[in-house]
Amino acid sequence: MNADLAALLYLVASVCFVMALRGLSHPTTSRTGNLYGMVGMTIAIITTLAMPGVVSYALIIVGMLIGGAIGTVIALRIQMTALPQLVAAFHSLVGLAAVFVAAAAFYKPQAYGIGVPGDISIASLIEMSLGVAIGAITFTGSVVAFAKLQGLVSGKPLVFPLQHPLNAALGILLVVLIVALCLGQSGLVFWLIVLIALVLGFLLILPIGGADMPVVVSMLNSYSGWAACGIGFTLQNNLLIITGALVGSSGAILSYIMCKGMNRSIINVILGGFGGETAGPAAGGDEDRTVKSGSADDAAFLMKNAGKVIIVPGYGMAVAQAQHALREMADFLKKEGVDVRYAIHPVAGRMPGHMNVLLAEANVPYDEVFEMDEINRDFNGTDVAFVIGANDITNPAAKTDPASPIYGMPILDVENSGTVLFVKRSMASGYAGVQNELFFRDNTMMLFDDAKKMCEHIVKALEAS
Amino acid sequence: MANETFSERAAEIANEARELANEVASLAVEAGRLSAESAATGGTSSLVIGLTVFVLAVFVGYHVVWRVTPALHSPLMAVTNAISSVIIVGALIAAGPADFGFSEVMGFLAVVLASVNIFGGFIVTQRMLSMFKKKK
Repeated sequence: MNADLAALLYLVASVCFVMALRGLSHPTTSRTGNLYGMVGMTIAIITTLAMPGVVSYALIIVGMLIGGAIGTVIALRIQMTALPQLVAAFHSLVGLAAVFVAAAAFYKPQAYGIGVPGDISIASLIEMSLGVAIGAITFTGSVVAFAKLQGLVSGKPLVFPLQHPLNAALGILLVVLIVALCLGQSGLVFWLIVLIALVLGFLLILPIGGADMPVVVSMLNSYSGWAACGIGFTLQNNLLIITGALVGSSGAILSYIMCKGMNRSIINVILGGFGGETAGPAAGGDEDRTVKSGSADDAAFLMKNAGKVIIVPGYGMAVAQAQHALREMADFLKKEGVDVRYAIHPVAGRMPGHMNVLLAEANVPYDEVFEMDEINRDFNGTDVAFVIGANDITNPAAKTDPASPIYGMPILDVENSGTVLFVKRSMASGYAGVQNELFFRDNTMMLFDDAKKMCEHIVKALEAS
Repeated sequence: MANETFSERAAEIANEARELANEVASLAVEAGRLSAESAATGGTSSLVIGLTVFVLAVFVGYHVVWRVTPALHSPLMAVTNAISSVIIVGALIAAGPADFGFSEVMGFLAVVLASVNIFGGFIVTQRMLSMFKKKK
């Protein structure tokens, strides 16, 4: 295949990828969008296979079959609640693949037309080392994120002394090594860059706590795009550059949205250690205050007689796998003529849009699910707010207490509704380590149980009445 | 006697010729690289062309992604993850040559990893999207 034709087909593939992202502007167009994505990928692969330098088809097909089979099985089996760790695991693969491709290009640059071994142009070397460094950081960073989300490593922020100076030193060392690579073209320096970047990825993500994972996962998403971009520059391939830039900017925007949802700067999240040191004073003096706790029957009675109910799901719902029982409860209420809607906070769950997917899995129609900005005013005329597995995102201290660590974070104004029901396992504070003032209010009722069990009990109570 | 000096000189000349040939060859490689760079791009270096494409693509990405509805942010992550595996293009070129060495092994491994991601990413996205239904 001649180079011009290949470049044109790559352009078609790039347009397909843009269409894939564009489709996601609405659920009805999203499936067509995904189809565009698959078509684009197929075009890209077939075009590359038709290139004159690519001849060992047997090897390639074996590789694609192995990878394809693994990917298919995992994707079909995975539970929707495990989605965040799946995405993290997938990011790590992109990072590692980038490292491998860069290594291949370093040892056989003639295959890509960027020089001969030991005499690669400086520009290509810089691009290559950036690609390989970002790829390696993405790899170990995603592995750590996966381990935290999967519960293999504690979700608590792990802060160690001299963490920031160490990371900064490693970053500087990385730059020095890249310069050395350009001057000496040595294989040893290339692998040192890989090694340092691997360590850096590990150290960067380790201190970040569990509830900050939406930001981390988005950030790694972004990195995997920039890694592809770096490889694209090395191989002078516009398709890789375009796709990498699309993915990179997508991840960056998601990180920004997540940070805004927590009122924290990206720097603050990356530096990590949120919550730990502020837990003490906020919790003090609260022990002797009383909360009103109720039973499933009380909750069923309240909601059945309500006109409007808004359900606020959080990570606790995902942990308890309560989404199906919750939908069943909502169906009962709807049958009784209650207006039921769902309110989603941007950082609810462990990845952007996590709650929406879980509710969709439980067959909740997407036009009953609203974003914070769409629904926040409506809590005023709502009879019951049903908060299930969420805490910090409803805490009014974010608006009233400048000393609170979550001050300034946008919250769902559940306090404005007639009655607030909190489904929680215990009085333990949320991730930020802050006591929620709402628990002690007169119009709040605590429902102490596992989220799924509580929903099932409420369903039973509704059935009985 | 004359024969010996003759063959000596012949050997010398042959050596010189070989050296010259090597030099020419390396010059040719260099020239080929330079001409490929300038011919393909009408004088602009490939780095600048790449940067142009990159900056424009970032803008396209920025505007397209802000239009994505927040409800579909999870599928967005899954699908961007799938398409970032387009890095398989580089892996295929690395694994492609007929001979089998270190670079081909690296290419092969990258093909496997990227394939996991391509299939896994698109399928899990499809699974998610098929769950989003309207009120009946």
